[in-house]
Amino acid sequence: MKKLTMTIIAILVTCGLLAFSGNRLQASSGESGAKVLNLYNWGDYIDPTLITKFEKQTGYHVNVETFDSNEAMFTKIKQGGTNYDLTVPSEYMIEKMKASHLLVPLDQSRLHGMANFDPRFLNQSFDRHNTYSIPYFWGTLGIIYNDQKIKPGSVTHWNQLWQSKYRDDIMLIDSARDVMGFSLISQGQSVNTTNSAKLEAAKNKLDRLSPNVKAIVADEIKMYMVDDEAPLAVDWSGEASEMLAKNDHLHYVVPEEGSNLWFDNLVIPKTAKHYDAIYAFLNFMMEPKNAAQNAEYIGYATPNQKAKALLPKSIRDDRQFYPDQKTLSHLEVYQDLSPDKVGEYNDLYLEFKMHH
Amino acid sequence: MKKHRFSWSHLYLVLVFAVLYAPILFLIVYSFSQGNSMDHFHGFTLQHYQELFDDRRMIVIVINTMLIALLSALISTLIGTLGALQIDKTTNKLTRGTILSLNNILMVSPDVIIGASFLIFFTRFHIGLGFWTVLLSHIAFEIPIVVLMVLPRLSEMSGTMLDAAEDLGATNWQMLSRVILPFISPGIFAGFFMALTYSLDDFAVTFFVTGNGFSTLSVEIYSRARQGISLEINALSGLMFIFALGLIVGYYFIQQANQHRLQKHQKSGAV
Amino acid sequence: MPHRHTNWLYGIPYWLWIGLFVIAPVALIIYQSFFNIDSHFTLNNYATYFHSGTYLQMTVNSVWYALLVTFFTLLISYPAAYIMSHLKHRDLWLLLIILPTWINILLKAYAFIGIFSQAGIANQFLTLIGIGPRQLLFTKSSFLFVATYIQIPFMILPIYNAILDLSPSYVNASRDLGATNWQTFWRVIWPLTLPGVKSGIQAVFIPSLSLFMLTRLIGGNKIITLGTAIEEHFLTTMNWGMGSTIGVVLIIAMVIIMIFTNSDKPTKGDRPS
Repeated sequence: MKKLTMTIIAILVTCGLLAFSGNRLQASSGESGAKVLNLYNWGDYIDPTLITKFEKQTGYHVNVETFDSNEAMFTKIKQGGTNYDLTVPSEYMIEKMKASHLLVPLDQSRLHGMANFDPRFLNQSFDRHNTYSIPYFWGTLGIIYNDQKIKPGSVTHWNQLWQSKYRDDIMLIDSARDVMGFSLISQGQSVNTTNSAKLEAAKNKLDRLSPNVKAIVADEIKMYMVDDEAPLAVDWSGEASEMLAKNDHLHYVVPEEGSNLWFDNLVIPKTAKHYDAIYAFLNFMMEPKNAAQNAEYIGYATPNQKAKALLPKSIRDDRQFYPDQKTLSHLEVYQDLSPDKVGEYNDLYLEFKMHH
Repeated sequence: MKKHRFSWSHLYLVLVFAVLYAPILFLIVYSFSQGNSMDHFHGFTLQHYQELFDDRRMIVIVINTMLIALLSALISTLIGTLGALQIDKTTNKLTRGTILSLNNILMVSPDVIIGASFLIFFTRFHIGLGFWTVLLSHIAFEIPIVVLMVLPRLSEMSGTMLDAAEDLGATNWQMLSRVILPFISPGIFAGFFMALTYSLDDFAVTFFVTGNGFSTLSVEIYSRARQGISLEINALSGLMFIFALGLIVGYYFIQQANQHRLQKHQKSGAV
Repeated sequence: MPHRHTNWLYGIPYWLWIGLFVIAPVALIIYQSFFNIDSHFTLNNYATYFHSGTYLQMTVNSVWYALLVTFFTLLISYPAAYIMSHLKHRDLWLLLIILPTWINILLKAYAFIGIFSQAGIANQFLTLIGIGPRQLLFTKSSFLFVATYIQIPFMILPIYNAILDLSPSYVNASRDLGATNWQTFWRVIWPLTLPGVKSGIQAVFIPSLSLFMLTRLIGGNKIITLGTAIEEHFLTTMNWGMGSTIGVVLIIAMVIIMIFTNSDKPTKGDRPS
């Protein structure tokens, strides 16, 4: 009994100390009631030194909270109980959030620097006239290959993945929309197809890819590719740039016949409260110097063309991540499909996964 | 012959420990690697530790994580032990089975379901998300494992022991504090440590019920996966590991010393 | 039957917990399982579940792999717990078994990827002993290995406690009566440590039913379990109705298992004495 009591007291004292030091640390980092900005972002998706710079420049304190998927973020915002001022959904999620009335329109008169953006990345189908969103990063879906096993230039089309010589060679990103998507494109269909027969055909074609599929994994695909675990992978350009930075043998191609064009955009969710801080931050992030610094840190393609001009030539001219106009014109943006269709895509995909 | 068997069993244990600690050693080794991923070792550096100490946000997160883990494990152990005492009293097989099934529901339900249900629960009652909701949720999903660890000890406690105590005129409180609790304390400690593990490992539930700037280490690590987890996290895990190891070994030997003293004391007192 | 004197008042927090954090969420889950993706009342989720080969296959997978994981965990943990209980600093060793569980599971999984990869330590070892590099990742065995690894401490702990309780006099008595080691184990040690084993099996088997992360990370989605499907319905398709339906099935499966493993509670004082 004495031992139990002593242990309880020891734990309580430790908790007290932890709570105290936690509070002190938070207080010393200058958190003051009104002058805060609550940013809800993907993990490690902003250069931390930019946050420090913003805090110094404006006196606002930035609270960063993180999420790991669009849908999880959506659920949190929808349920409320939080006070996020800014968040970073992908394009189809912006449509979904708009339809669920979770977004606050931007006050264009308070934004300075929209002219810095490449007009090709503005006024997209998911948010006409950028009423709700400012592009943060963009990218594509493509094929990563390892030049120790695959001759450069020998895989440039989706259909080539089906060749029998690539048996057990391909890693796929675990995402229904993307895997079904490239199968659809390889059959000349749109990534937003809603025709059930065409979806069924895409799934059947995927079943024929099964012998070549080594594994279907998520974020850890980066580690696998860097470790030379497989010579081929289908993944997003953002992830690809992380891999390429760590393994010189890896290369990224966007198939010419078409692919997906994705965006991550800054939006103001319904839960927002600190509007002065929000616009100060948006304007800060649109400044070419800051946007360029962020793009170098994250390694994704920036839609801010003035920022792009500030990037080192090796990045700016990299066709893998800034594809030419011709390829760009074949890219398609995902539309938010009806829940039933999303379900259909996922059920077909689940069946493919079950039998691969 | 006996000696031979002895060493085989030790070898087995060494193997088990080697496997248990292999991934942790792997993580720690790479925390000293230049470069930024766990593929090839690129030469020794302390830069990741430097990054960690400069990252004030991360330090606050670590403190939050430990606070939640300790506090929730303590409270859930308390509630779970009391619950186990109640379940042990139940002799009706059906009632007992029902309670135990209810008890285990949170263990079998995947974290996303629990997290989403708790989120709906809290927001329906307009409870602002943050420290308290995370604490409550952690207590909630830790209770079943505590009950599972304490219950077998209770069933092993022989009735005669309790009867004897009762015959000697022990009050309820004396029964509990002098007889029952000391006997089941190994189960209580086991429950506490498992609760701690559950708390430190949980990502999905915490993710759903947190808010207002409050974050824990698991949430931070999982949400970094898309960008690739930096070696700063390895450095952090390494430090926390060494710290916990020191704490455990230190605690153990202090206790040993105490016991020695106590025994000596008792002996000299008897003489 | 000796009556106990623990006042029911002590139990209030526990019953409150059952009410607020178990019954309420379960009611919510059951309620949701009757709604489709357009929030209309329906029984279709259950119909889909029981008519779809995919879901039934997943259920079989879940139960089968949870059984395998539990079996291997028990196989490794029992001897380890037994040996540990005879060591000098046994409590310290026990704490050292728990310690690795405090490192984030995702990080440990990443470490295993590094260890098992083509150029990893495991394959270097295989090359060294002449077997040559093998494909270790994305195999059922590597998945089982890592899942077992994660669960071992949860099994060792209750078994260890049960073995410690074992009075050496039983063992000695058995030996004096001329029992072989095996007989002593099977007739004396094993039955007396059974409560600990059962609690370990429950602590391992129940959570293993809904494993999903390791099936993807280490197994490369070669094995799809109900956990994977629930994850997908809650986080990708946002079809909470179907997700909840699978959740209800898992809960029912758990209850059935509880009924099987929770045979008669030993009556107090009927031990050999």
